[in-house]
Amino acid sequence: MSSVQDTSAGAATAPVSSFLTRAVLVAAMLVATLLVAGYAGGRFGLLLLIGLGFGIVLEGFRFGFAGPWRALITKRDPRGTLAQLLSIGLVALVAFPVLNGAGGTMIGAHAPIGFAMIAGAFVFGAAMQVVMGCGSGTLVNAGSGNPVSLLALPFFALGSFAGAYHLLWWTNLGTLPVIVFEGMSGLAITLGLLAAVAVGLLAMAAPGTRAIPRRLWIAAALLAGLAVLNLLVAGQPWGVVYGLGLWAAKGASAFGADLSASAFWSTPGNVERVTESLLTDVTSLTNLGIIGGAFLVAVWRSGLGQGLPDLPARAWIATVIAGFLLGYSSRLAFGCNVGAFFSGISTGSLHGWSWFVAAFGGAFVGVWLRPRLGLEGRK
Amino acid sequence: MRTRRLTAGLTMLLLFGLLLFDQVQSGGLNRFDAPPLIAWGSGQAAGGAHCAALPR
Repeated sequence: MSSVQDTSAGAATAPVSSFLTRAVLVAAMLVATLLVAGYAGGRFGLLLLIGLGFGIVLEGFRFGFAGPWRALITKRDPRGTLAQLLSIGLVALVAFPVLNGAGGTMIGAHAPIGFAMIAGAFVFGAAMQVVMGCGSGTLVNAGSGNPVSLLALPFFALGSFAGAYHLLWWTNLGTLPVIVFEGMSGLAITLGLLAAVAVGLLAMAAPGTRAIPRRLWIAAALLAGLAVLNLLVAGQPWGVVYGLGLWAAKGASAFGADLSASAFWSTPGNVERVTESLLTDVTSLTNLGIIGGAFLVAVWRSGLGQGLPDLPARAWIATVIAGFLLGYSSRLAFGCNVGAFFSGISTGSLHGWSWFVAAFGGAFVGVWLRPRLGLEGRK
Repeated sequence: MRTRRLTAGLTMLLLFGLLLFDQVQSGGLNRFDAPPLIAWGSGQAAGGAHCAALPR
C-alpha cells in the first residue's frame, strides 16, 4: 500500500519538477541574453537570442544537414535536403534586395572559388559524415549531449584556427575572382538553380519520399526567418566556423603563440577580434546560442537520459581527426554547410554552389568511411 | 549507466569555462561603445568577421 502511495506521490511531483527545471532554464537563457545586452550592447544580446533560436529550431525540429545528405545517398530520400533548399530560397528572397540596397555596408557570404576551396569542401563533406555533424550540427549535438560531437568540437575549433592561420598560403595556389549573382537577375538565377536541384532530387527520389513533412516545412521557414534576422542585425549572414577558430585563437594568444606570423590572424580586424570579448563577436554569440538552445530543447524533452554509445577506440581517434579536419577544411572552403552552403548560396555567391557539389562528393566518401571507423557502434 | 546528462553537463561546463577565460583575457566590455541595435539601415559597415570573408 505504501509503495502505491509513494509511486503516486512521485508521479505527482515529477511534472512539477520537470516544469520547474524548464522554467529555470528558460529564465536562465533570458537572463543571459539581458546580461549580454546590458554589458556588451543591445545588438549582441539580440544575436545571442537569435543563436538560441537557431539551436531551438535545429534541435527541436530535428533539422540537420549531415543526416539528410546521408539519407539522400543511402536511401534516395531527399526530404531533408529539399527542406534545406527551401530554407535557402526563402532567405535569398530577402537577402538579395537587402544587400542590393545596403550600398556595401552589409556583406554577403561571398568568396572566391579555388583549388583549396573545392578540396576543402570535399574534405568537409567527408568529415561531416564520419562524425554525423556539420558546422551547426556539431554545436547542436554537443549541446544535446552527443559525446562524439562533444569530443569533435574542441578539435573543430583548433582546426578552424589552424586553417585560417594557413588560409592565404592555400588561396595562393589559385583562385578565381569572387563571382556573385546580384540584383533581381541574380535572385532569379539562384531560385532557378535551387528549383532545378529540387526537381532533380525529386526525379531520383525513392517512392514515398517526395513530400516534405510538415515538421521540416515549419523548420525551414523558422530557420530562414532567423537567418534573415541574423543578416539584418549583424550586417552579415549566419556563419559558424570563424567563431570557433576565434575561440582557439584566443587560447593560443593567451598561451603566448605569436599570431603576427599569420597573414590571417595579424590583420587589424582579426587582431581586434582576438583582443575583444567573444561577447562582441557575431559568430561566437550565435554559436553559443546554438549550443544553449539545443541544450534547452534536450532538457525540455527529458532527452538527456539516453545512454552513451559504446564505441571502439578507433572511433574516438577518428572523431578527433575528423573534428580537426572539419575546422581546417571549412576555413579553406570559405565556410561550412552554414557559411558557404546556406549563406553563400542565399546571398548569391557562386562559391556556395561549388561548395555544395564538392561537399556532396565528399559525403559519399564519409558515408563509406563511417562504419569502417567504428562510428556506428560495435558489431 | 552513463547518460547524456554527463556529456551535456560537460558541454555547459566547457562553455562557462570559455566565457570565464574570455572575460579574464579580453579587454572588458563597454556598452557605450556598442554598435547600433540593428546593422540594417545604420549606415555602419559590417565588421567582416565571417568565414567567407578574405582578411582585410
